[in-house]
Amino acid sequence: MNGFFKSSIGRKVAMALSAFFLMFFLLQHLAINLLSVISPDLFNEVSHFMGTNPLIQFALQPVLIFGVVFHFVMGFILELKNKKANGVAYAKNNGAANSSWVSRNMIWSGIAILAFIILHFIDFWFPEINTKFIKGDWSGTMAGVEGYRYYEELVHKFVNPVRVGAYVVAFVFLALHLMHGFTSAFQSMGGTAGRKKTLQAIGKAYSIFVPVGFIFVALYHFFNH
Amino acid sequence: MALDSKIPKGPIKDKWTDYKNHINLVNPANKRNIDIIVVGTGLAGGSAAATLAELGYKVKAFAYQDSPRRAHSIAAQGGINAAKNYQGDGDSNYRLFYDTVKGGDYRSREANVYRLAEVSGNIIDQCVAQGVPFARDYGGLLDNRSFGGVLVSRTFYAKGQTGQQLLLGAYSAMNRQIARGKIEMYNRHEMLDVVKIDGKARGIIARNLITGEIERHSAHAVVIATGGYGNVYFLSTNAMGSNATAAWKIHKKGAYFANPCYTQIHPTCIPRSGDYQSKLTLMSESLRNDGRIWVPAKIEDAKAIQQGKLKPTDIAEADRDYYLERRYPAFGNLVPRDVASRAAKERCDAGYGVNATGEAVYLDFAAAIERYGQEQAKIHNIKNASAEKIYELGQAIVEAKYGNLFQMYEKIVDQNPYKTPMMIYPATHYTMGGVWVDYNLMTTVEGLYCIGEANFSDHGANRLGASALMQGLADGYFVLPYTIGDYLSHDIRTGTIPTNTPEFDAVEKEVTDRISFFMNNNGTKSVDYFHKKLGKVMWDKVGMSRNAQGLTEAMAEIKAIREEFWKEVKVPGSANELNPELEKAGRVADFLELGELFAKDALVREESCGGHFREESVELDGEQKGEAKRDDVNFAFVSAWEYKGEPADAVLHKEELEFKDIELKQRSYK
Amino acid sequence: MDNMNLTLKIWRQKDSNAKGQMVDYKVTDISEHMSFLEMMDVLNEQLVNSGEEPVAFDHDCREGICGMCSLYINGEAHGPDRGITTCQLHMRMFNDGDTITIEPWRAAAFPVIKDLIVDRMSFERIQHAGGYISVNTSGNTQDANSLPISKHAADEAMDAATCIGCGACVATCKNSSAMLFVGAKVSQYALLPQGQVEAADRVKNMVAQMDLEGFGNCTNTGACEVECPKGISLDNIARMNRELMKAALK
Repeated sequence: MNGFFKSSIGRKVAMALSAFFLMFFLLQHLAINLLSVISPDLFNEVSHFMGTNPLIQFALQPVLIFGVVFHFVMGFILELKNKKANGVAYAKNNGAANSSWVSRNMIWSGIAILAFIILHFIDFWFPEINTKFIKGDWSGTMAGVEGYRYYEELVHKFVNPVRVGAYVVAFVFLALHLMHGFTSAFQSMGGTAGRKKTLQAIGKAYSIFVPVGFIFVALYHFFNH
Repeated sequence: MALDSKIPKGPIKDKWTDYKNHINLVNPANKRNIDIIVVGTGLAGGSAAATLAELGYKVKAFAYQDSPRRAHSIAAQGGINAAKNYQGDGDSNYRLFYDTVKGGDYRSREANVYRLAEVSGNIIDQCVAQGVPFARDYGGLLDNRSFGGVLVSRTFYAKGQTGQQLLLGAYSAMNRQIARGKIEMYNRHEMLDVVKIDGKARGIIARNLITGEIERHSAHAVVIATGGYGNVYFLSTNAMGSNATAAWKIHKKGAYFANPCYTQIHPTCIPRSGDYQSKLTLMSESLRNDGRIWVPAKIEDAKAIQQGKLKPTDIAEADRDYYLERRYPAFGNLVPRDVASRAAKERCDAGYGVNATGEAVYLDFAAAIERYGQEQAKIHNIKNASAEKIYELGQAIVEAKYGNLFQMYEKIVDQNPYKTPMMIYPATHYTMGGVWVDYNLMTTVEGLYCIGEANFSDHGANRLGASALMQGLADGYFVLPYTIGDYLSHDIRTGTIPTNTPEFDAVEKEVTDRISFFMNNNGTKSVDYFHKKLGKVMWDKVGMSRNAQGLTEAMAEIKAIREEFWKEVKVPGSANELNPELEKAGRVADFLELGELFAKDALVREESCGGHFREESVELDGEQKGEAKRDDVNFAFVSAWEYKGEPADAVLHKEELEFKDIELKQRSYK
Repeated sequence: MDNMNLTLKIWRQKDSNAKGQMVDYKVTDISEHMSFLEMMDVLNEQLVNSGEEPVAFDHDCREGICGMCSLYINGEAHGPDRGITTCQLHMRMFNDGDTITIEPWRAAAFPVIKDLIVDRMSFERIQHAGGYISVNTSGNTQDANSLPISKHAADEAMDAATCIGCGACVATCKNSSAMLFVGAKVSQYALLPQGQVEAADRVKNMVAQMDLEGFGNCTNTGACEVECPKGISLDNIARMNRELMKAALK
């Protein structure tokens, strides 16, 4: 393995592996969010489990953070390296003739998603960590006492139309990112022609279904509360 | 100097083996101290450089392109012959030998050709081991196709890109030696002259084409593998950069030039479309297996087509002249290249040409599409199939066989050859003539070797299809590495050849003087102007059919163009930079001399043989009336020309050809 | 169609150290049947006759196989047509009055030598690093038919081997990545039994050299496959990725 992840292909593979992990995480996150539409109670139950289970909190959560940070940092490093590999820019370049807009602009869809994640952290994750671990206030997280606060918080966040708007836009960018990213990750891992057609179909379905799911949850709560 | 071809004694089938058993070898420790220069890195030069380096010699290789992979060997389409007899159809070394001598119209050296046939099988083994992806059948074994003028299937191929794959094989072998430090590769370098010391070739003067720097390189032997001189015609299927400079420069330094008049004009090329044309594109000969060649039978139809008033599909079947089928009922559209080319010229000269320039004939696939369509309908049990259906079925078969060629044609001509006949016309393709070499592939200059298309080779007066690749690789992989060792065994104590000697000084001065002449000439006409002018004379008077009057005129005209060239040529830019015009100027200067010798050689050879057709030498009566007539009594020799200043003053030396293993016969395709 | 009059915007650069710029030229009476390079010949003849330096561009076989010609024409490698090299591009793809922008391949690993000519030695060095099977050229190898190879594998190897090394993939790639070029060579040998012995070292060495030359990283945009004159498939890149992973796990 020595040197593999230092090679261009090794880095590609690392990007793909982190992408797979993040895509799996997105599915899981969406599943929980959708519960909020089906049953507030079930949503609370699952949220509680996720928020208090030590394995998730202290093992998977750091892995997730690492995965997110890695994917972004590596993405930026590769982008800079690629820019350097370009040399002088073309006076005229017709990229649309041979490749999709999304594939050529992963860095921009990525930056949009990064901006959203920062917002998301400020919205949900920092207050959550602050409340739980810094202030030590575990109220609303205990079963039975005064009820869970998760659902309430979720609903509360989707009241402000500006925030919902930003949320929707961010997920449009996520869709764009996934439209290329999904199949690209498989290609980087050595996926071949035999599976290509099916993979492309699955990729398309995934990159539309997942962001639309998130947007649906947001709009559902926005219009229903 | 008398020509000694140094053919080993003994029966023909033992000559090469006996020879190898008795030559001197160089021990590995000594090889490390011996330098060899290889100029040109196509199939012959590339394979030679790789093999010599692997044997342990220090090799310096030169190419004018930016990589050995770009040499024009890459453009060969059809395949490579080898007497493997994998098809069990009765092939043998002897048969390949026989076919090659006969195909060459009995103007090649028997011993060389036999050796070529003998090592042909090894080439295939070698290339497969290197990872050349030859076509295979479903059982995983190598596939063969048959090629013009022979009765067995012995041609190995890699789609329509056999030359490319073989060259990449040789290139990969070179890369391995470059990586080991055994070959020093000089890309974008052009050899401008050879340096002789005490009568032996000891180095070259080369120009770095990027910086313009003139460099001296010394070696114990020099190998020239720079290909043919077809670009003397300006328009040919050769690459734009293909040139005769290295071959011509060594000729001027003492190497005899043999049979320059033997040129192969390939019948199936895409016709010229206008004066701006820069090169001609070959369409594989295999097309003649299914295409029928015709021109209108009526002159008024031909005129109407030339003016764009009629389309080929408007001409009724009865008004078409399938002239090859008419003249050569036995072979029809599959007559050898030279015969097909001359027949096309004859019709076009008579005014029956079918494009605006009047220099094109039709190659029609309608009959083949119909025939395959009917066959397919039968196979698939389609009763009463409509004409459209049959056409569709037939088109699919033709597409499977020739799809890439049809697509190439459509890209260039912008016509769909499935719907309307292709237009084709002959074009200069390969030069059988070249630098004279003995059995060892050494020229008349000691230590100076010449291999591949650049030498006068094993093809006599006409080369069979799929034999050029075979000869290039045979010379480079399997012949030269032995023969050169015998010579170099005398050089083990010589030590490195210094380059700061008067001999190098003198040749470098010649080279730099010529460059400064070009840079300071301040003429009024571009290099291409002269090249096109030369090409026109060559094509009109030294082309597919030649006569004494035309050849005499051509010699005078070429001389006049040459004189004008030296007065009026204009080369912009400077000598110390990348300067394509300067490169061209040097090459065209050499073509202007070679062209004249070419015409002189054609004038002297008062017989028709292979690619050389003299209008004065035809059968006067009988079944063969009007066909080429060879004269074995007076012309069964190789013409080897010695340089004496002006090309017109060159002195002829004859190497008499002896045929002990093959009986001489007049070719007949009626 | 009548002959065309065109404006050409061409990159001119004296040598590798000079600063270059786009220069405008006019050509008139261009026939639609001309190839693009014949149009360039017309321009150069015009420049020579007027005492200017002609535009230097790489070309040789002019039939789409040697890989020498390059040119980024109107923002696309080998121009607007598909499945061809610049020398096979014909003027019928353009219209009277058009302005055509002509630039050299752009990549840090392909420095400009002069005008439209770039230095592709980086490709050569990648090939030196492992683009071969280490077999002696003595001819004393086993008989060619002693090693049956499935038709499918042989055909696929052939498809990979048709790469002409022109560099359009790099020129077109927004990352100047050479992975299609390297992938094609790695694939050719990976698909054949002869290539197995050295497979791991070959892919490692070739990829390492590719990285050293300063080519960018592949982001799977697929532009190279579209612009490749020989239609080399992206599958070759996937195969190279697999080969390198396999090699790394060894």
